[in-house]
Amino acid sequence: MSAEYPNVATWNAATPNAATWNAAAPNVATWNAAAPSAVASNAVAPNGGAQPGFMADPSAEGRFGEFGGMYVPETLVPACQELDRAFRSAWADPTFRAELTDLLTHYAGRPSPITGCDNLSEELGCTVLLKREDLNHTGSHKINNVLGQALLARRMGKTRLVAETGAGQHGVATATAAALFDMECIVYMGTVDIGRQELNVFRMKLLGSEVRAAKSGSQTLKDAVNEAMRHWVSAVESTHYCLGSVMGPHPYPWMVREFNRVIGDEAAQQCAGLLDGGTPDVVVACVGGGSNAAGIFSGFADTDAELVGVEPAGGAAVGRAVPGIVHGSRSYLMQDEWGQVLEAQSISAGLDYPGIGPEHANLAATGRARYEPVTDAEVVEAFQLLARTEGIITALESAHALAWIVRAQDELAGKTVLLNLSGRGDKDVAQMMDVLG
Amino acid sequence: MTGALEAALRTRRDRGGKCLVPYLTGGLGEDWLETIQAASIAGADAVEIGVPFSDPVMDGPTIQLANDKALASGVTPQLILDRLRGADIGVPTAVMTYGNIAYRMGYQRFASSLADGGVSGCILPDIPLEEVGPWAEAADAAGVETVLLAAPTSPDERLVSIARRSRGFVYGVGLLGITGVRDQLADSARVIAARLKEVTDRPVLVGVGVGTPEQAVEVCEVADGAVVGSAMVQRMLDGGGPEGVAELVGEFRSALDQRF
Ligand SMILES: Cc1ncc(COP(=O)(O)O)c(C=O)c1O
Repeated sequence: MSAEYPNVATWNAATPNAATWNAAAPNVATWNAAAPSAVASNAVAPNGGAQPGFMADPSAEGRFGEFGGMYVPETLVPACQELDRAFRSAWADPTFRAELTDLLTHYAGRPSPITGCDNLSEELGCTVLLKREDLNHTGSHKINNVLGQALLARRMGKTRLVAETGAGQHGVATATAAALFDMECIVYMGTVDIGRQELNVFRMKLLGSEVRAAKSGSQTLKDAVNEAMRHWVSAVESTHYCLGSVMGPHPYPWMVREFNRVIGDEAAQQCAGLLDGGTPDVVVACVGGGSNAAGIFSGFADTDAELVGVEPAGGAAVGRAVPGIVHGSRSYLMQDEWGQVLEAQSISAGLDYPGIGPEHANLAATGRARYEPVTDAEVVEAFQLLARTEGIITALESAHALAWIVRAQDELAGKTVLLNLSGRGDKDVAQMMDVLG
Repeated sequence: MTGALEAALRTRRDRGGKCLVPYLTGGLGEDWLETIQAASIAGADAVEIGVPFSDPVMDGPTIQLANDKALASGVTPQLILDRLRGADIGVPTAVMTYGNIAYRMGYQRFASSLADGGVSGCILPDIPLEEVGPWAEAADAAGVETVLLAAPTSPDERLVSIARRSRGFVYGVGLLGITGVRDQLADSARVIAARLKEVTDRPVLVGVGVGTPEQAVEVCEVADGAVVGSAMVQRMLDGGGPEGVAELVGEFRSALDQRF
């Protein structure tokens, strides 16, 4: 009993994890060194499971180094523990894996291709490769996670899904899975985001979901998470909370990463083919909560590729590097001196979040990945650049990653950069019409 | 060693009475401290003082609004604790806030600030049993009673661990949901009280969804007492002031005293 419901003493026993985490630090030197790594990119187990080294599974308490955990009201603790058990069992079950792979292939359209960008590469002086998550069904990487969670929810006997959404991409993906699995679905979305992402609001309704406005606080993603959690507290027995990023209480940060690692596993294999067995020099992705970044990073964490997450300057949780506890985990969090959570400010609804997933905090703290801020103005430039040079209208979120490449082009000269193009930009076109006049 | 909060609740129970603990939002309005004092005089056995947090996931619209108003007026945890220091409340108090407020200040500093402010207990609803270790250690060291929540979803064996680690009282969550006044007392309120009474001798109080004197009486047929939040805070928001809140506390007090 005490193993399952640890008392204070068992909790304290978890502290030595900090030591394990520190023990990982010397590896930083290994991968930083220019010397070729012994680990080939495609040596990463393509089917997940426990990997040694960076981006390994969290501790039993759901910690990545000192970050993570399960900071939820008591009402939700049994539900999170049940989810942890259900996910472990499903993820180890070949039938579940096969069912998910089948959906990802025949419904979502995986694998997504990698596109080499000759025009853009010439303009920037580095080789840019795009992992095309924008080509997935529903238009972003969010479908990878949602199909996994919806299958799991069904396996757990849940009949309803509740979700939060910022840009609406996760909401649309959840509404899509709910339609497919004939489940009831409620999506919370901040009032501000409902205004700037009208198209996705309509798509969710068309798919049969109910969209509820989160009217408190900043009326963006943070508040939608609050409302979704409150809803979950009230309906926990019938309802699965389909959380949209690598955040929240354990097991979400880990589970959502595992459902997105298909991005990294595919990309590692594709890059090996394209780069003659090699890996890109740099892997870059935008970071809101961090699910698309975690997905692509997981394919390269044990290589010597440099990992770069790009945050909006107005929502740079890692940039400020102050740890805090909100929405179920301990991670970096934008907050004032008293611990009140600050409102993020970003042109992109999907990155308008004051926190970041706990595994990213750990990757930053250990030095395995670095996190860079870009401004809204740089993002608008990058959005147009990709359309003009490659004929791809990107999501504003993904444009953050490109904006960093543009800014860092001197540093990147001659290198190969893999960018996770997490989503397509149809949803942002109306907003950009206003911005660009 | 039994803390002041638990001692007060046990005294009421030992005399055959039922415990009444109103929740009032700290920093809401100019007269929040007088309101707490008035609640004490009107018959509260202890007072829960909400320290506003920007993202209160366990709270419904009433307490959210109270939080937002208090925060907008510039109130900080330190301001609340400063005013509590040396104030004569007359009954023990417990602060209710969220984990990040304590974490940001540092668990040790927060715990000793509570003790300095004369606060007996502390409730952090988003720090459950698995995560409470570091906080509870700091609180124990400072002599602050950490009250843990038990929910309708908690399995039996978990209730045992929660009751064992809880100090002051065990807070039974009356329903599946967040704070707010409901038309009726949920069946789960009496059920959680009965399940907790099975496993602990500590006072068992039920809160969340106890909004009227009748509902308090109903739950106290099983529980040792009730925590009344949103109904009290609504009275504060309506401008009831110390008198209005005292009147409401008095209604709960006399309903409980008549029945038990
Ligand atoms: C296209 C796209 N990319 C990225 C994100 C940010 O999420 P995450 O950081 O979890 O990948 C979103 C969120 O809405 C999105 O729609």
